[in-house]
Amino acid sequence: MATTTYSKESAGGSLTARALREGFFAGLVAFGLFFLFVGLETTQNIRNELVLNQRWGLLAIFVAVAAAGRFLGVLYVQPWLAARKTAKAAVADKDVPETFLARNFSKLAILALVLMPPVAVALFGVQGSLKWVDNFGIQILIYVMLAWGLNIVVGLAGLLDLGYVAFYAVGAYSYALLSQHFGFSFWILLPLAGILAAFWGMILGFPVLRLKGDYLAIVTLAFGEIIRLVLINWTEVTKGTFGISGIPKASVFGIWSFDVGAANNFAKVFELPMSSAYYKIFLFYVILALALLTAYVTIRLRRMPIGRAWEALREDEIACRSLGINTVTTKLTAFATGAMFGGFAGSFFAVRQGFVSPESFVFLESAIILAIVVLGGMGSLVGIAVAATVMVGGTELLREMTFLKAIFGPDFTPELYRMLIFGLAMVVVMVWKPRGFVGSREPTAFLHERKAVSGSFTKEGHG
Amino acid sequence: MEYFVQQLINGLTLGSIYGLIAIGYTMVYGIIGMINFAHGDIFMLGGFAALIIFLILTSVFVGLPVVILLLVMMAAAMLTAALWNWTIEKVAYRPLRGSFRLAPLITAIGMSITLSNFVQVTQGPRNKPIPPLVSSVYEVFGLSVSLKQIMIMILTVSLLAVFWYIVNKTSLGRAQRATEQDRKMAALLGIDVDRTISITFIMGAALAAVAGTMYLMYYGVIVFTDGFVPGVKAFTAAVLGGIGSLPGAVLGGLLIGLIESLWSAYFTIDYKDVATFSILAIVLIFKPSGILGRPEVEKV
Repeated sequence: MATTTYSKESAGGSLTARALREGFFAGLVAFGLFFLFVGLETTQNIRNELVLNQRWGLLAIFVAVAAAGRFLGVLYVQPWLAARKTAKAAVADKDVPETFLARNFSKLAILALVLMPPVAVALFGVQGSLKWVDNFGIQILIYVMLAWGLNIVVGLAGLLDLGYVAFYAVGAYSYALLSQHFGFSFWILLPLAGILAAFWGMILGFPVLRLKGDYLAIVTLAFGEIIRLVLINWTEVTKGTFGISGIPKASVFGIWSFDVGAANNFAKVFELPMSSAYYKIFLFYVILALALLTAYVTIRLRRMPIGRAWEALREDEIACRSLGINTVTTKLTAFATGAMFGGFAGSFFAVRQGFVSPESFVFLESAIILAIVVLGGMGSLVGIAVAATVMVGGTELLREMTFLKAIFGPDFTPELYRMLIFGLAMVVVMVWKPRGFVGSREPTAFLHERKAVSGSFTKEGHG
Repeated sequence: MEYFVQQLINGLTLGSIYGLIAIGYTMVYGIIGMINFAHGDIFMLGGFAALIIFLILTSVFVGLPVVILLLVMMAAAMLTAALWNWTIEKVAYRPLRGSFRLAPLITAIGMSITLSNFVQVTQGPRNKPIPPLVSSVYEVFGLSVSLKQIMIMILTVSLLAVFWYIVNKTSLGRAQRATEQDRKMAALLGIDVDRTISITFIMGAALAAVAGTMYLMYYGVIVFTDGFVPGVKAFTAAVLGGIGSLPGAVLGGLLIGLIESLWSAYFTIDYKDVATFSILAIVLIFKPSGILGRPEVEKV
């Protein structure tokens, strides 16, 4: 707060007085902020006119929480944080031996994911597993895959892309349109969607080669919006805002199908009771495989010359160019590779939903994916997966919290607060850990010895 | 011909609103080099504040003169939006000032999501219509010019003049320009950098709130999603005019408004946003410094 430095000198060291003053100040600010928006509500009456609804009790709660929070923060949390900081500084960095869990974290996580559908079926029954496999498993894995794809562009090559959802849309519409008009199967169209998206990545990447940083972000945002607006308005092909429905389901490589009427229906062949859960479990393994493919390609690419070139480009474009790296091809391959995985994810999205419409490809999606990449710690695959689980899984979990209705009354719908909490979480995590959950970034290539580049010291490449 | 001039007037009105929002973008980008992504939502917040004040005033004082009504709405919206932007800068941007470039952009996007959803949660997701405040229309040479269009244009020009004066002639403006050029050096010379940056955010928010009030008056309706598209268009305007330049922001806003209304009038209204976004891309690719901006010198 503005008065911090001033009050330190004049308060005569009285922490409580300072905390009281700052708490009062915070309450005042909160009153100003929320007076109009929380204290009063605009609602429509029967004659469709706007009338005001007064909610002074709620406003009082907001102000009280802000004031009390600030008071306690200044009085207890700040001294505690300062004490912990000095305690931490006093203890020299020791090499803590890695535990078994930390060493094998990714392997264990993959194992857990592979085992998840059978466990869910065993615990909740075939129909009951649907929620866990579909709402949590598939939903989170789609975001993990998208974030890993975007990570190639943002985390490795350092090119800030705010329009990533465009490639997701290209993949989804490629599958939707080609399967409907030509009857191709999912397994033919999946690579094709990836190639088409990569192609679009190059087309959109080419004009922005000279741009850096924020400008690049804004142009990619504009491209993303242009693609979405074309999808809305080109009604002859895309059916506009109505979207394309009735997209055919995927099959297990043509051997077993999931269409109810088909002779080789999965449930019929194995004489299981009819359920949509099998299809979802199959899709779960498909997206898991796709996500792991993304991670594998990323890890391998980082060891290839092109991956090294991406990292060099991220750290310093000028140095990169003076060492003879062709920045044009380097940037374009980054865009194309990232876009390709976006395209894969898009066609998977189309096959999972059975329906695509421009509604699914708004800017907010790009923002969520980018937020996951940055919050996870750019370039760190594990961090990104953790961030996706926390952010997407956390907001999905909110739907489940029916017990909140008992506290806030029956009208309370937790879903309404999903995006509000997501936005706040973005801010809080960023302020708390600006380098993401997994904060350090080790260069793949190094001279003489490996030095962990501590987050706060690395200069971000201009991109 | 009359149709063309009519569209020109409509475009200039729309462009004035964009220009007012763009000033906030351009000032903040100029001084700390970040895109304040939440600025569009501050504009929306300003519009909502004006709406609520309007409802309070019309229910408490019946038959208040429209001029006073508008002035009070504007003042309250400016105060509220300024307080919001001040708080946001303090809570979300200042702790990250020394951090890497992406960090404040991410918090700004987070703030933008937070603000629009905050308004959705507290005020409801529906359109909020108000009865027309100013309805007189003048017929000049066969053209119809409404009083609200004239008001918006005059207000924009006078606010631009005031802000141009503040930035170029006052000590506060000098501090702002010094901070813009070199923050560390400015601090060494005794400028309170934090305070200067805070004031810049307050000024930008106040203008966005004026734009929000004008938007509410002009269209007679506001909804919680109204921050995003005008925000991006205003940013386009700021870039087109040359980021960091106040007259450039208004010039860019007017151009965007003109392009949008002429495109809708002569081509197809469906693709008007595509036209705007394409212009943004083209300008950034071929002339990133904009019309009135100085080219950025790359420091190694």
